[in-house]
Amino acid sequence: MPFTSAVITFPGSNCDRDMAVAVEEVCGGTVHRVWHGDASLPEGVDFIAVPGGFSYGDYLRSGAMAARSPIMQAVVEAAGRGVPVLGVCNGFQILTEAGLLPGALMRNAGIRFVCREVPLKVENSQSLFTQRYFKNQVITVPVAHHDGNYFADAETLDRLEGEGRVAFRYAEPVNGSQRDIAGVLNEAGNVLGMMPHPERMIEAAQGGTDGRKLFEGVLAGLNVSA
Amino acid sequence: MKVRVHVSLKNGVLDPQGRAIHHALEGLGFAGVKDVRAGRLFELDVADDTSDEALDEMCRKLLANMVIENYRIEKVAA
Repeated sequence: MPFTSAVITFPGSNCDRDMAVAVEEVCGGTVHRVWHGDASLPEGVDFIAVPGGFSYGDYLRSGAMAARSPIMQAVVEAAGRGVPVLGVCNGFQILTEAGLLPGALMRNAGIRFVCREVPLKVENSQSLFTQRYFKNQVITVPVAHHDGNYFADAETLDRLEGEGRVAFRYAEPVNGSQRDIAGVLNEAGNVLGMMPHPERMIEAAQGGTDGRKLFEGVLAGLNVSA
Repeated sequence: MKVRVHVSLKNGVLDPQGRAIHHALEGLGFAGVKDVRAGRLFELDVADDTSDEALDEMCRKLLANMVIENYRIEKVAA
């Protein structure tokens, strides 16, 4: 079976095309662009990406409106079946608002929008998404967000750490996130949310290729051909 | 029926916006401001027979993020 993926677009998404290009470039197969108002995902979808942007103008809370859109019910169902789901930036916010990931993304501690490359430490190299990296490897990936300050209560944070569900940590202070958490996994390990943008580090022309291995990991974890 | 929903951050959740507002008040010369927490107010106009349970559900499902926020429902006399 060829690799079948879906990139969701909400009104206000702006990283959806970058994401689709990255998935196509690294994973090949067929990338379906899915609109937020659609009620279903492509048949036999192997991978779902929820991209960055400012869905619904960040009204109410970042990701809050998108999380209640029709397609997200289908994404939650697919995640429950074990389909890998990656949420980047606004996508991460949407996945937490949808209840697929614990915690919340709050306004950056420094109030300002942060847009720069950051060093990211790979905390867990066993997950589907991170298996092509080494544990403690430091990679460079850009961030561009206003609400990336990860918050969860201490009990939840301890559980996440204990279960190896912190996928990535900032190697320097970026936004005030609790314990410098940049990306978290769900309990089953098939849902990853992260503020940095791996889809912007696919080709040398983008300034680096550290993001490729994330998509390579997804492909390697699935028994499909590119 | 008019309903006000007050949404505020839970105790212990850091509020960068509140802190910035606090600094701004101090900058304007207002002394004695000990803390500022920013919240949100929703004014809803709902059918008179809307149940308390339904109002609660609106808050939990959308208006507030229960991970970081509390809410308080206030029914406003017409």
